[in-house]
Amino acid sequence: MSPVRPTATVVRPVIFRHRWLALALPFALAMPSVLLAAPGPSGHDHPVPSQVTTGTSGTSLSDNRFRWPGWNKISDTLLMRQYNTRIVLLGSILLGIGAGTVGTFMLLRKRSLVGDVVSHASLPGIAMAFLAIELAYPGKGRSLPVLLFGALLAGLLGVLCTIGIRRFSRIKEDTALAIVLSVFFGIGIALFTIIQKLPTGQVAGLQQFIYGQTASMTSADVGLIGLASILVIAVSAALFKEFGLLCFDEEFGRSHGWPTTWLDLVLMALVVCIAITGLQSVGMLLVVAMLIIPPAAARFWTDRLGSMTVIAAVLGGLSAWLGGVVSSLFARFSAGAVIVLAGTLFFLVSLAFGTRRGLLPRGLRQWSNNRRIGRHDLLRTLYEMLEPRLESSEPDSSDDPLADIHFASDEVLSRRSWTRSRLSRLLDRATRDGLLQAVESGWRLTASGAAEARLVARNHRLWETYLILHADIAPNHVDRDADLIEHVLEPDLVSQLLETVSARYPQMQMPPSPHPLEPGT
Amino acid sequence: MLAATDIFTASFTWLIDDWGKLDTWIVITGALAAMACAIPGSFLVLRRQSMMGDALTHTVLPGIVAAFLLSHYLKTTGWISTDPADPHKAFDATSYTFMFGGALLTGVLTAILTEWVSRRGGVENSAALGVVYTSMFAVGLLTIRLAADSVHIDPDCVLYGNLESVWGGSDQVPRAAWVSGGCLVFNIAMAGCFFKELRISTFDPALATTLGINATLIDYALMGVTAATAVAAFESVGNILVIAMLIVPAATAHLLTDRLWVMLLLAAIIAASTAAIGHVMALSLPPVLMAPFAEQPLLSGVPIDSLDASTSGMMAAAAGGLFVAALFLAPRHGVLVRIGHRFRLSIRISAEDLLGTLYRQDETSRDIPLQTGRRTFAQRYATWRLRRQRLILHSSGQLELTAAGRHAARKLIRAHRLWESYMARHFDVPADHLHETAHKVEHYLDPELRDQLAHELDTPDTDPHGREIPDD
Repeated sequence: MSPVRPTATVVRPVIFRHRWLALALPFALAMPSVLLAAPGPSGHDHPVPSQVTTGTSGTSLSDNRFRWPGWNKISDTLLMRQYNTRIVLLGSILLGIGAGTVGTFMLLRKRSLVGDVVSHASLPGIAMAFLAIELAYPGKGRSLPVLLFGALLAGLLGVLCTIGIRRFSRIKEDTALAIVLSVFFGIGIALFTIIQKLPTGQVAGLQQFIYGQTASMTSADVGLIGLASILVIAVSAALFKEFGLLCFDEEFGRSHGWPTTWLDLVLMALVVCIAITGLQSVGMLLVVAMLIIPPAAARFWTDRLGSMTVIAAVLGGLSAWLGGVVSSLFARFSAGAVIVLAGTLFFLVSLAFGTRRGLLPRGLRQWSNNRRIGRHDLLRTLYEMLEPRLESSEPDSSDDPLADIHFASDEVLSRRSWTRSRLSRLLDRATRDGLLQAVESGWRLTASGAAEARLVARNHRLWETYLILHADIAPNHVDRDADLIEHVLEPDLVSQLLETVSARYPQMQMPPSPHPLEPGT
Repeated sequence: MLAATDIFTASFTWLIDDWGKLDTWIVITGALAAMACAIPGSFLVLRRQSMMGDALTHTVLPGIVAAFLLSHYLKTTGWISTDPADPHKAFDATSYTFMFGGALLTGVLTAILTEWVSRRGGVENSAALGVVYTSMFAVGLLTIRLAADSVHIDPDCVLYGNLESVWGGSDQVPRAAWVSGGCLVFNIAMAGCFFKELRISTFDPALATTLGINATLIDYALMGVTAATAVAAFESVGNILVIAMLIVPAATAHLLTDRLWVMLLLAAIIAASTAAIGHVMALSLPPVLMAPFAEQPLLSGVPIDSLDASTSGMMAAAAGGLFVAALFLAPRHGVLVRIGHRFRLSIRISAEDLLGTLYRQDETSRDIPLQTGRRTFAQRYATWRLRRQRLILHSSGQLELTAAGRHAARKLIRAHRLWESYMARHFDVPADHLHETAHKVEHYLDPELRDQLAHELDTPDTDPHGREIPDD
């Protein structure tokens, strides 16, 4: 039975309304990249080696002293006066943006490490492409597009192998990834050692696929990275809703007839694209990091897929910029590693301060929540304590009779298992909030305090009564349940409860407690 | 030991003409390193932490660099003495001690950091691993560059290993073989001593905790040991290829057996054979592969026999080859075995269905259409086999049951109708829905179960549709 194709009648979730905006983004990116990649004013056709560092395998280490950069150098770097700096920065920023975008989907699909596998698995493809061209057209083996095509094929083959292994054997996903990664990489290394023994195979140009030569990036490389990033962003924007579906509910998508397998493959192909183009210019490590770290950082800031993608792209670009600038300022910092560490820095900042899931905002939310709960507990205790005295008390000048009753703090202690210091903290805080007032014989509630105490106690009793009426829970068991829920009851829920409960307690603003209120219960 | 290697060398000489002592030592060192890796690797595979192996082989880098820096510092300040014969020797006992210590610590640190990022930060586990390991690797790379004047670590050597230069030519056991062998013995001892704890915490961490075994501690210990093993092995098989030796033999063994100790043993055997096969491949495969292109300008001036590939790369390739072989040929979990099993089942079901249809045709003396549309291969094969077994006959364009075929069909029809009766009695299923289920279940009811059903139903004569239930 063929799956039902989605038709116009199927309600497609609207996730991203302004699709045209996302489509415009790549062009907005493309413009400056065209302008900046143009040769500099001095007319260099080829980048000259400058103070930008060489890659990790660089050998020129004659200058071993650590040196702070001069002001001129800082301004040169920041203003991108050097052609070389400009190229390197632009290339890594574009890669960061593209990788951040596609990495978001991979992160949400819990496939972050696929980029790792792809970049390792592409190695034999590069070697084979080199050998194939050398055999067909001797001397032309280092043609970049063909090498990248070989890498692309091998990377895709690697991805398909992981899927195959997972599907046709008892081997789990993580092991399948590790097997493909290591075996492909091993074959690649073996092929490279053969190539090295050939007369034409002085593989300086091929070696860089492993480490990358961030510093010797050319404008052609930048163009290629830009192309890949634009492709990634355009496809992500065009298939945004579909990818979102894939990330969050693949089964649902399949049951509605979406071609999830194909979508998955398209997503994988995007990862392969960005990983392969990044590979030859910035190296494996950086590609893997760029695919994982910015999206993981972006997750701390938002719960929405659209904003998460944008934030991940921005963070990817920012960390590439920061890392590129720092590595060109300090002669011995290799760009790839510094960019990774810049990403890590942004990750740590997000981990600490991210507005949605960051540790600090989450801790703050929890802290204020605890304060609110403490205040509610105090007010309800006071209300329950003072309620029996309402009838006996003389109506005073003020509006609320509850606010006229004086009480001592020891009375509260007898009803709650609070320590004396906790109680005094609660009382102090409530006084500062204007809910309590210290008088000579102890304390009394203010008008607003009395109002809030009524509210809290009413919510508590409403929920208790509701539990007794509708959940069939014994009256002496409802107090604890209600204690948990009373702090989060919304006003409209309260009015609904009031409606439900008023059948039993007609015309009552404050229902009586459904169970005895004795000190210490 | 040395005499044994001579015999080993001799036994390979027939395979490859210029097999020498160096080749023997390469195989032995590689095998020791691979076996040392296979033991913690098996546990990684079973605990679904294979990518942790990948991460650990990267994160040991900062640990090694830090250890080197520390031992260098201690030597220059005179806290520990240097080898008087060769004061600038990079690898001596002290360095090794520091290196293993550093690796152990970074292994544990990786595990702790990943755990923390994923639990406290709410980051998905594999992403947390990716963040931690790329960051730590970057720190290691930077430190190497910054400390290049005091530490001489060649990243190439760390990443690819150099098995070819393992043996200096003297009549001594090479250092890498000692290190790998020592690591192997240590790993065997650890696995032996804590076998029970490892097994329980691998398969059921919650049970391990209730039994008073600290599963977290075992996890960290495993990570530390894995990292130390990676360090021991990377000198010979290379840092990144260590992951091949950690995971691939273990995964291959996992396909072959369901018992833990058998798996460990098989993984070690596979790992050792990987080294031998890998080295033979490295020597013999490139000339064979390149031979057709010998006339090409690409190979001009290169004697084809001089081509060889990196042994560690070929070891990974050989491990991959063995894995693929196991994937298809494994006795219980292999793809071919399962395909064969499924095919035999579909043949049996097709044959039984045909018998049942012919039986019903005889019973009602009505022509029931056998099969509309195209018949599958299994159905055609089943028909052919039934005819060969003389269970059905082909007479005047019609298929007919023989006496033996009738006997076989009665069993099936009996199972079908008994199941229908059982369903009608015990489940609230309408009569026109009984057939579908019974049609599937009939193939799986053996004589014993048929008797039990008949007994339970007080030996009924007819099914809910009123048709006769034949005897066996």
